[in-house]
Amino acid sequence: MKPNTVAPSWLAQRSAIWSRLGDSLLTWRRGRLSRQDALKALDGYRGLARDVASARQALPGNPITLALETLYASLHAIVNREPRHTLASLRHLYAVEIPATVQELKPLIVGVWLLFALSTAAGWWLVHTWPTLVDLVASPDMIQHVQRGELWTDGILNVTPSSLLSVRIFTNNIVVTIFACVAGVFYGLGTFYVIANNGLMLGGVFAFTRQYGLDGDLLKFIFAHGTVELSMICLGGAAGVALGEALIRPKLASRRDSLQQCTARIARLFAALIPLLVVCGLIEGFVSPVTSIGWPVRLIIGLANLALMLAVLSGRFFRSGGAV
Amino acid sequence: MSTDSLIVTTPTGVDVELAIAGPGSRAYAFIIDWHIRLLIAVTWLAGAGYFLTRSPDLAKHSPVAAGLLTGLPAAAIYFLYHPVLEMVMRGRTPGKRMAGVRIVNRQGGTPSTLAILIRNAFRLVDCLPALYALGLTTTVFSAQRTRFGDLAAGTLLVRDGDTEAKALTQLGSLALNPALDAGTAALGNDLLLRWKELQPDARRLLARELLARIAATLGSAQAPLHEDAPDDGILQQQLRNALSGRSR
Repeated sequence: MKPNTVAPSWLAQRSAIWSRLGDSLLTWRRGRLSRQDALKALDGYRGLARDVASARQALPGNPITLALETLYASLHAIVNREPRHTLASLRHLYAVEIPATVQELKPLIVGVWLLFALSTAAGWWLVHTWPTLVDLVASPDMIQHVQRGELWTDGILNVTPSSLLSVRIFTNNIVVTIFACVAGVFYGLGTFYVIANNGLMLGGVFAFTRQYGLDGDLLKFIFAHGTVELSMICLGGAAGVALGEALIRPKLASRRDSLQQCTARIARLFAALIPLLVVCGLIEGFVSPVTSIGWPVRLIIGLANLALMLAVLSGRFFRSGGAV
Repeated sequence: MSTDSLIVTTPTGVDVELAIAGPGSRAYAFIIDWHIRLLIAVTWLAGAGYFLTRSPDLAKHSPVAAGLLTGLPAAAIYFLYHPVLEMVMRGRTPGKRMAGVRIVNRQGGTPSTLAILIRNAFRLVDCLPALYALGLTTTVFSAQRTRFGDLAAGTLLVRDGDTEAKALTQLGSLALNPALDAGTAALGNDLLLRWKELQPDARRLLARELLARIAATLGSAQAPLHEDAPDDGILQQQLRNALSGRSR
């Protein structure tokens, strides 16, 4: 349709339809569309596509054409919007998608655990050999406590109540785990730094407390929550290495697409990581600092927490009915 | 790849072009949002503090509850502001709305919940080393003005503003006379839409010229009446009548 051949009544005929479509758009955007509305939206979308094409030819650059294009873009977003997640898709996420992602990341998880173990050993050796290096891995307050013959966690509940301590701890752990993952966007180097740094600190602190005969107490403090907490950080790290790998060796046409696909896959892991880190935070706030709780109870809690983690990550926890 | 626009290919074959927002609009939106969330969080803290001073028993006997009541919601407001509002407002926040931008996926649609969460998780990287330096730098130098969060989530920040609202208003109030050619009708409607934005002299001149053109097209019998220097409002109404084919 050329500008001089525009049917005179075309705008007049179609404007009422556009106006109605505009009114409906505001309603459709607000919530879920009924079957009838969806069909109406599709019909309007197709009709509007024809009108936009005609208007672009007949009235290029005209505000009416621009208005139609805007309306068309909005309708396109509604017609192509993703379906809402239902309870079934949530169950599918925990029962199938997360275990599949964990399986896929297995070699990277082993690699990150090895890096963590090596850096822990390195931290232990460094502080054991040169004790003054403890300044690099522990705060002055922690050092003073240990030099007085007590752990910095002793009496912590006199200062901060368990509930607040838990909230603070799990918030911090969630941030560290997410950071271990997203830092992988620097070709994996950021993740290596976070994991190695955590390992060095843990090893260094253990070596330092050993000099004062407190390493047993530290292990007792850590055991109930630490096994799962460190596993979660390493799992976040493995996800970060996967991000780095997606950039170094892209599996799709572009690095951007590869990164995007990898992120969407590994992000699902956090649906399991975050609740597990909350559990660890609660244990660290309510159980670990209580000195009257002995080894057997801590052992049971620690192993139960580990079993819970394995059940969640393997999907068994959500496949009990066998319906998936 | 253009840095200025996102071309969305649709199944109908009619492409959609969305203008990409630059670092300036992005920073402007962020600063507005930062002030809003800080203000809400501080207001909550002040309100909770006032409540606790009026209820000393609660603070004395349940310090944990008092602490949680004060700190948790404030922290939640501060940290969950972006993800929650972007989900609820479909890619917008109050700051983005005021800056005239919104988040879309690469298909031009509203981003999924997962994409919004990923985009926000990557703020941890984008804010390094301080003041969003890395994020802003990448938006300056990257194609399509994206930060790491956008790259990972597959999202873009596009110009939005009030164009849609304006478009809907315009399409709803089109004055169309079937006897006029589409070009004249479109021109007249454009003039009516921009009436208040134009200088009074300029709009009166344009309106008179357009009315003369309509009169010539329709013939003297159907030509709308207009005086030499009518009132601004009367001239506007005359033009509307002429475009819609109604007699005065």
